[in-house]
Amino acid sequence: MLRVRARKQLLDFELALDFELGDEILVLFGPSGAGKTTTLRLIAGLDRPDDGEIVLAGRTLFSRAGRVNLPPRERRCGLVFQHLALFPHLSVLQNVRYGVRERTPEAEARLAQLLAAFGISHLAPRLPGELSGGERQRVALARALMTDPRVLLLDEPFSAVDYETREALYTELLAAHRLWRIPFLLVTHDRGEAERLGDRTLYLREGRQEGGTFR
Amino acid sequence: MLDWQPVLLSLRVAAAALVVVFIVGTLAARFLSRRDFPGKEVVEGLLLLPLVLPPVVTGFFLLVLFGRQGPLGGPLHRVLDVQLLFTAWAAVLAAAVVSFPLMYQSAKAAFLAVDAGLEDAARTLGAGEVRVFFTVALPLAWPGLLAGVVLTFARSLGEFGATIMVAGNIPGKTTTVPLAIYALADAGELRRAGAYALLIRAISLALVVALNVWTRRRAARRLRRRR
Repeated sequence: MLRVRARKQLLDFELALDFELGDEILVLFGPSGAGKTTTLRLIAGLDRPDDGEIVLAGRTLFSRAGRVNLPPRERRCGLVFQHLALFPHLSVLQNVRYGVRERTPEAEARLAQLLAAFGISHLAPRLPGELSGGERQRVALARALMTDPRVLLLDEPFSAVDYETREALYTELLAAHRLWRIPFLLVTHDRGEAERLGDRTLYLREGRQEGGTFR
Repeated sequence: MLDWQPVLLSLRVAAAALVVVFIVGTLAARFLSRRDFPGKEVVEGLLLLPLVLPPVVTGFFLLVLFGRQGPLGGPLHRVLDVQLLFTAWAAVLAAAVVSFPLMYQSAKAAFLAVDAGLEDAARTLGAGEVRVFFTVALPLAWPGLLAGVVLTFARSLGEFGATIMVAGNIPGKTTTVPLAIYALADAGELRRAGAYALLIRAISLALVVALNVWTRRRAARRLRRRR
């Protein structure tokens, strides 16, 4: 369960958020510059809200009143960046494993499961620069899930791949969601993608939420 | 026959200066490239000053700072009983201060060129700042840092103006190759001075050529691996 109540002054408008999501896929939909990426960065702890409270799975990640502001590394938020941000100097295996420092049997099992689920086991020794667009998306998804996050934040992760790859990735993402049973928050400006993946949609325009969830 | 003593001393002085400058310059560049604070421009200006000052002027400041009555040399002498000036360590100090801006500039450009998104990604994956530095920033900035290393070493090897101010020219103790060249030329021994000059030039040229070759090969290798 993720609960976000936050305000942040951006260049042209104020971003005002008030929503919560359970183990479902919530799509954050809206035109460019509406504050979608900032929303994910606030939750992940990469940007700081001016006011409000963010609570994930019973833990307060940010609270201005309570003077809480956990650093990103303690938030347990998986984030798939728009440009994926795979480490170019590390192999696929090293990328996926980056978020887990100890090689427990449990972690190794999760690693094997993720590599298999996204069909990237055979790419393990390769560098990100040697992969196709779809393969890179899968590595980024596996890397984010490898940390066993409490929420998965996805910032237009499918914007740079062709139609057929995208369809396959949708299926894999929905399968991963069934398996992980955590909230997924997906940012997109593609209406088809919003309808295909979202259990609910939250429309964002110039920092204001419109419809889709309670106010 | 050529006296190898100044050559060995020069190499040792340049190596010692390099170690200090690499560590301090890299950390300073990392810190200042990601942070803003009041007075940052002044701090950076002071760090870069040796680049635009005549080395003799830098040497003069060091002489005043580290003299027995100086603000740094005084306590050093009283508390630790260390006399820095006119030793090989003074030559290291001079070489380090004069070559510092080259390392700092190279490192700063290298760190700024690293995609900040990669460092954010590492943070969301649970990495603290130290781990981000060693696993993401440092490996990706490495080619730029290496360029700084080569420039620093070559500049230290050729340092003259500040060195003669703080280390003097004590044969067998502080006479580095540039100081030897000056003394020999002054005494009219142009053949021996020329031999040293050729040697210094050969070493510096070899270093820069090696860096360029390495950089080109690396680029070619990366291109091949990309599809």
